[in-house]
Amino acid sequence: MIQIDKYMPAEVKLKCYHCGEDCDSDDIRIEDKVFCCNGCKTVYEILDQNNLCTYYTIDETPGITKKKEIKRNYDFLDDPQLKEELIDFTDGNTTKVTFSIPQMHCSSCIWILENLFKLNPGIKFSRADFLKKIVTIQYSEKEISLKEVVELLDAIGYEPDLNLEGKQKEKSNSHNKKLAYKIGIAGFAFGNIMLFSFPEYLHIESFSQDSMREVFGYLNILFSLPVFFYSASEYFISAYKGLKKKIVNIDVPVSIGIIVLFVRSLIEILTQTGAGYLDSMTALVFLLLVGRIFQNKTYDALNFERNYKSYFPIAVTIRKNGKETTKPVGKLKVRDRIIIKNNELIPADSVLINGRGFIDYGFVTGESNPVEKVNGDLIYAGGKQVGGAIEVETIKEVSQSYLTQLWNNEAFSKKYHSDINSLVNVVSKYFTFVILSIATVAGIYWWPQTNIAFNAFTAVLIIACPCALALSTPFTLGNSLRIYGKNKFYVKNTDVVEAMSEITDIVFDKTGTLTETGSSSVKFVGEPLTAEEKILIKTLVRNSAHPLSNGINELFDVPVASNVDDFKEIPGKGIEATVNGKKVKIGSGMFVNHLANENKIELSTKVYLSIDNKTRGYFAVKNNYRENLNEIIGTLKRDYKLHLLSGDNDSEKPELEKFFGEDTVMKFRQTPQEKLDYIKSLQSGNKKVLMIGDGLNDAGALKQSDVGIAVSENANNFSPACDGILESRSFGKLNEFIKFSKTSKRIIIASFVISFIYNVVGMYFAVQGTLSPVIAAVLMPLSSISVVVFTTLTTNLFAKKKKLL
Amino acid sequence: MSVILILIGFSLSVAILFLVLYLWAVKSGQYEDKYTPSVRILFDDEIKEKRSDDKSSDKSTKSNKTKTKLN
Repeated sequence: MIQIDKYMPAEVKLKCYHCGEDCDSDDIRIEDKVFCCNGCKTVYEILDQNNLCTYYTIDETPGITKKKEIKRNYDFLDDPQLKEELIDFTDGNTTKVTFSIPQMHCSSCIWILENLFKLNPGIKFSRADFLKKIVTIQYSEKEISLKEVVELLDAIGYEPDLNLEGKQKEKSNSHNKKLAYKIGIAGFAFGNIMLFSFPEYLHIESFSQDSMREVFGYLNILFSLPVFFYSASEYFISAYKGLKKKIVNIDVPVSIGIIVLFVRSLIEILTQTGAGYLDSMTALVFLLLVGRIFQNKTYDALNFERNYKSYFPIAVTIRKNGKETTKPVGKLKVRDRIIIKNNELIPADSVLINGRGFIDYGFVTGESNPVEKVNGDLIYAGGKQVGGAIEVETIKEVSQSYLTQLWNNEAFSKKYHSDINSLVNVVSKYFTFVILSIATVAGIYWWPQTNIAFNAFTAVLIIACPCALALSTPFTLGNSLRIYGKNKFYVKNTDVVEAMSEITDIVFDKTGTLTETGSSSVKFVGEPLTAEEKILIKTLVRNSAHPLSNGINELFDVPVASNVDDFKEIPGKGIEATVNGKKVKIGSGMFVNHLANENKIELSTKVYLSIDNKTRGYFAVKNNYRENLNEIIGTLKRDYKLHLLSGDNDSEKPELEKFFGEDTVMKFRQTPQEKLDYIKSLQSGNKKVLMIGDGLNDAGALKQSDVGIAVSENANNFSPACDGILESRSFGKLNEFIKFSKTSKRIIIASFVISFIYNVVGMYFAVQGTLSPVIAAVLMPLSSISVVVFTTLTTNLFAKKKKLL
Repeated sequence: MSVILILIGFSLSVAILFLVLYLWAVKSGQYEDKYTPSVRILFDDEIKEKRSDDKSSDKSTKSNKTKTKLN
């Protein structure tokens, strides 16, 4: 947020017909339509020629600005191996490919992306998915190539985000489909079996002797078979897997309950001694699966597992024998010469050979002010060039680079959060043993009468089936997840909410987390500048690509003078020129007025200004700490031990101490590996660590910590592998979020109590061997439903209380 | 009583029909994207011979209809 000190021009700004951005002039136009740049005009022309101007009538100014357009080279898409990895399917003639289009933002976007066939007949079909921001395209290989498809998308402003990582999502998709099948079948069976059980519930006398009863019984068995063998199968598998590892998870008592229900019902119906409990069994499976939907809730558009591959370019331009060609990043070798253009990422550790580098390590450190590099300087992978093209020579392969090496750390291979210790599994361990003993005792008590003994034994297992227990966690945590999402805090899954409630230590990263990214405020200190002086300054700084110059440039909203002579830029010192006959110098104290830098510990960078050799003052460029940082840290400090890890030097330590107080551990100049190790050392002291970071250099530490949260300006932007993405404007609610996870846990415990009460009531009938199907059919769904209602209502209530809803 | 069996036959075939329809709907991916179809349905069909004047006349109503505040 640059504080703009401007006097507004009175004229009304012209808006681009295509993208809605302000136009500098009305030079670029077609008839009455004004465009901000030629790129936008070209897109309009393409669409106009193809009769696709509906694009502009669905939403106003739907386009994506082409102002910062750089010509991309997609030659690498002709590489057969790379193509193979990108496409979904091909039969030689028709190829199906799915692209991620992050620019998709309105209904016009959907419209144009689904009308691609009008732009090129080679495209047979295209379908957009707005929430996932993907478009699936089918094209004919004979008429158009993959490269041409991508070029077409790029030409109309929808440049696909090409990376080799998108395929994992397919898996979770098919998993969700399977769950939908299972629920459908279970629900169908449940409804019909209940219908056929009604005469039984109502004790219709004539019915019990009737052959109808037999028919209904067999139909019920028929319906329950797919439920038992298909819909419920995952509970058996999970229970078996758990037992094999000697863990009694919640699925063990659930499986026992389902199996006993099924077997006893079969025996009763086949021997015609009773009606069985198939209605209860199918209802139970149905409800359990519905709970799973809540547990599986994910954010389609967000990706929590991103690694370096997903944001590195898929291919780079290399110079070989004086010619420029493209090469897939994976094939990059040491000593390859790469051309890095404006806004492109450096894929491997390299040395700068040619050109002036301004490297923005925003992805890596969260600090987006570019660092200047000169020939021979080492540039780490992950940096982004801002400014003109540079040529670099790789010194390491992509996978061996400094940052990407982090991914080789074991923290990345370990499976996330084993759920052995989750509350419900701890409870279920004792629960299972208690239930089995009660059932055995009841069985032994009735022993000589085998019939009653069998009834009592099975009835206990049936009635105790912890359906409500199994449902309370997914519903509570699933609802918490939803409440977090409403507050722009996106959590990967429900396990994270539970893990968050056990946090003891919070580790902060400094840059980008405590400070706002790229938001240095520039202030002029000195006698107020006249309008004319502002023109001089703006004219001068516009000629420089230095980030500080950019900051000052944005400070003034004035026209520029055309008369610039003797422009000089001395790297590391400053810039000077003669503008309108006046000599203007901007730069370090030494450069501008021969002052030594008096104060070493400075919170802000000072950029001095002189006009005609008269010092006018300086621009103070200061990092902004997040709003309310003081309050947030103050409240968090009371409950948790705080730590601060920073990749920067310790120049801001005194300032940070004001926020954190003396007892916070602060570590500066930390490498990514050191951050990871620090988290590990905390954990080995039995601490549960929540880490908040944002850059790629925190990725290791985020992964290692019990809960890793990435702070991001926009959740759809890049964030490293993490458990949760927190949009930066919700940073102030951090304490509420952690507190709320504890509330959720208490709600789960309360719901356990409710389900136990139901169990005790049911047990009263069960041990006597008098559990009738009606009681089971009422009691079991009732306990489940009341637990679901209770957890949902209470989480919402507490969220309202904490102002999260 | 056999009339009940016939009725059950009817009710079951209806129920199974709906189950099959549901399974087909899941299979064809209708539950995968719950948002885009709501926008797509509002796109007007293309008029073969376009006249720019009647396009602009319905512009206001149409853009109101389909204008979506996303997120």
